[in-house]
Amino acid sequence: MKKRLVLFIPLVLFLVMGVFLYKGLFLNPQNLDSALEGKPIPAFQLERLEDRGDVITNESLKGKVSLLNVWATWCPSCKYEHPYLMRLARQNILPIYGINYRDERAMAIRELNRQGDPYTANIFDHDGRLGLDLGVYGAPESYLVDHNGIIRYRYAGPIDQRIWNETLLPMVEELQAAAKLDGAS
Amino acid sequence: MIPELGHLSLIIGLAFAFLLASVPLIGVARKDQYLVRYAWPLSYGMFFFIFLSVVVLGYSFAIDDFSVAYVAHHSNSQLPIFFKIAAVWGGHEGSLLFWVFALSCWAAAVAFFSKGLEEVFTARVLAVLAMITIGFTLFMILTSSPFERLFPVPMEGRDLNPMLQDVGLIFHPPMLYLGYVGFAVSFAFAIAALMGGSLDSAWARWSRPWTLAAWVFLTGGISLGSWWAYYELGWGGWWFWDPVENASFMPWLIGTALLHSVIVTEKRAAFRNWTVLLSIFAFSLSLLGTFIVRSGVLTSVHSFAADPSRGMFILLLLGLAVGGSLTLFAFRASEMKSPARFELKSKETMLLVCNILLTVACGTVLLGTLYPLLIDALNMGKISVGPPYFNAVFVPIVLVLFVFMGIGPNIRWKKTKPGELKAKLLVPAVIATVVGAAAPFLADGQFNIWVMLGVGTATWVTLTTLRAAFDITKSKDGSFSLARMGRSQLGMIIAHLGIAVSVVGGTMVSNYSIEKSVRMGPGISQELAGYTFNYIETKNVVGPNYTAQQGQVEVTKDGEFVALLRPDRRQYNVRTMDMTEAGIDWGLFRDLYITMGDPLSRTQFAVRLNYKPFVRWLWFGSIFMMVGGFFAASDKRYRTKKVTEASKADAQKEKLATA
Repeated sequence: MKKRLVLFIPLVLFLVMGVFLYKGLFLNPQNLDSALEGKPIPAFQLERLEDRGDVITNESLKGKVSLLNVWATWCPSCKYEHPYLMRLARQNILPIYGINYRDERAMAIRELNRQGDPYTANIFDHDGRLGLDLGVYGAPESYLVDHNGIIRYRYAGPIDQRIWNETLLPMVEELQAAAKLDGAS
Repeated sequence: MIPELGHLSLIIGLAFAFLLASVPLIGVARKDQYLVRYAWPLSYGMFFFIFLSVVVLGYSFAIDDFSVAYVAHHSNSQLPIFFKIAAVWGGHEGSLLFWVFALSCWAAAVAFFSKGLEEVFTARVLAVLAMITIGFTLFMILTSSPFERLFPVPMEGRDLNPMLQDVGLIFHPPMLYLGYVGFAVSFAFAIAALMGGSLDSAWARWSRPWTLAAWVFLTGGISLGSWWAYYELGWGGWWFWDPVENASFMPWLIGTALLHSVIVTEKRAAFRNWTVLLSIFAFSLSLLGTFIVRSGVLTSVHSFAADPSRGMFILLLLGLAVGGSLTLFAFRASEMKSPARFELKSKETMLLVCNILLTVACGTVLLGTLYPLLIDALNMGKISVGPPYFNAVFVPIVLVLFVFMGIGPNIRWKKTKPGELKAKLLVPAVIATVVGAAAPFLADGQFNIWVMLGVGTATWVTLTTLRAAFDITKSKDGSFSLARMGRSQLGMIIAHLGIAVSVVGGTMVSNYSIEKSVRMGPGISQELAGYTFNYIETKNVVGPNYTAQQGQVEVTKDGEFVALLRPDRRQYNVRTMDMTEAGIDWGLFRDLYITMGDPLSRTQFAVRLNYKPFVRWLWFGSIFMMVGGFFAASDKRYRTKKVTEASKADAQKEKLATA
């Protein structure tokens, strides 16, 4: 009898795996949230892309609700996302900070000169250390940061009209309202 | 009208599958030969109608019928005709249709080639295959029909994804699917054996050529995919441990274990539960692969749009097929201790170790692939598992496997004579150690443990395999004759040598590739690995559905002309997508590989130069493996009932001996 029970082991293992696969169906791998949401931006001190001498730190991002956008010249989806970021920048809703991720400085600057620069400032993360701390999954990837420098939302993939209107904009408005309240008190 | 005929023919195929899944089994239960024999015409009918519906879809592509949604989304009137045909399997719906078609091909092949086998057994096999066909055909008809119409009819199609517009698309998916689905046949054989309650060596003998055939196709599919990724994606890599790659690699690992396990079951009537379980697992992993690719539960470069209802359906199929078969296994598997006894130093032990190591290797890949999902489902955060994990865990396991792979062919069944192994293997072991230790110094003068281990084990496998070939062809009086070697032995020799060749390729290209990103334009030259690259000019090229800027790069070595490379930067008109097409000069010992990046100024481009030593060996090795598998599968003794009499007598003797 004992021997017989051993033969059930594969079935049991499979059933356990099946439960996880079932759960997996209702998770969206694009929705890479939990790791840092609700936590402050990791501390960093990096050069600005355009200016070797000028340094940006995590403190520089505080004060306003902002969007952090991870991009690089080697990333085709970033090129796809770029025109929409330009449109956002023109609407002047919130500052957009670029994190130029594992890129060549000269190439990145040339790209911005040619395609237009939607960024309030660009953080030059050449060796990807900030990206590592943020847990960047791939480029493009964006983080919504509140006025206290706390990460509120993470979106992996290019931002477009639909994502902006349906997901990001409502959150931005909510966060900006909260920031106003905070400023008043 | 025509597309509806395709849909109708698919439904008729489904009806045939329902009959095939029931009538022969009823016949078996009632002991009615007449009903059992219906299995054959029903298999051919199922094949015919599914084939017809594939033809109809191909025809809709060929005549640019954009009223069919699938055609409108994956084709364009400008697309060259062979890509239009290949686009049949270029998207979700079509590739499912192709999956089902491949399954019906295997079913028809089993029906056709198994005339010599026991009728009841073959009928059961066909019925199991029909059940799988039912599941997937229902899935297609209910959730993702390729014949759905579009209204209003668009004037033009959205074009095939430029990434897929390549010869790779024409051959890679069909091969891969034939391999994936081929394991359904070994699965069906195992289930039929469990149903019949006779897990004897005859079953293993019948299953073996089919397992080999599926393995050959899967090997071909995987290596074509790797080759395609190498030259088309422009990254110059050949394996990324992407979930979808892993999904095809896991059935391959288990299939390889199955190939070896089935030998023991056939020859020694041992490892029967192993063989059944591996048959079930190989196919389950194929289904799991389908689930991963089609449901979007994991992020991957291959992912299509995620659709939970589709994922749910495949999960249901997976649950029924795997859960059902494992339950059957739990109740019907043989409890008896294997009658064949063997000692520690024997072929049986070596093959058992091979089974265990391959299964463990597959387990590590499975764990790495599903780990992000596991962690996410437990609400412990989001993580991704990358190549460092796989390289750290997988490589040591296979290195150990290669050591045993050298011993296996040189050891006897049951027990080995004392001193025999040492006499055979001492010299190869010494040579392999010396060659392995010398290799990194010859390559670049520095010690590198991975190169030493990789080249060392490859040498070891080569020498021991040749030694085994030598012993097989040598007769007692010292004369040689190739006729002494059976086809399956020849196949084993070739396939094992293929592994060694691929290992050398993988080791060298992983450790000695050189890459350089540079700025190039007319008149600029660059040096890499002793080669000089002169950028001559940029040409504008117009293709059938794209325009391209093509760099003309002349490569010289020591002043002598080597090759003219033409990397492209293509702009596809319809999808306005940019693609790079690498310029490659291939050679037996190295590839020179150039990709054009973005323009840096009016005449200059960012260009990536790559030097890839021995990269071709990876694929040469897999060609060896396929040829070896083909020889082994074509061994005559498999397809006839006559030979089985002899083995039955053997088994009988064995039983008497243990009794």
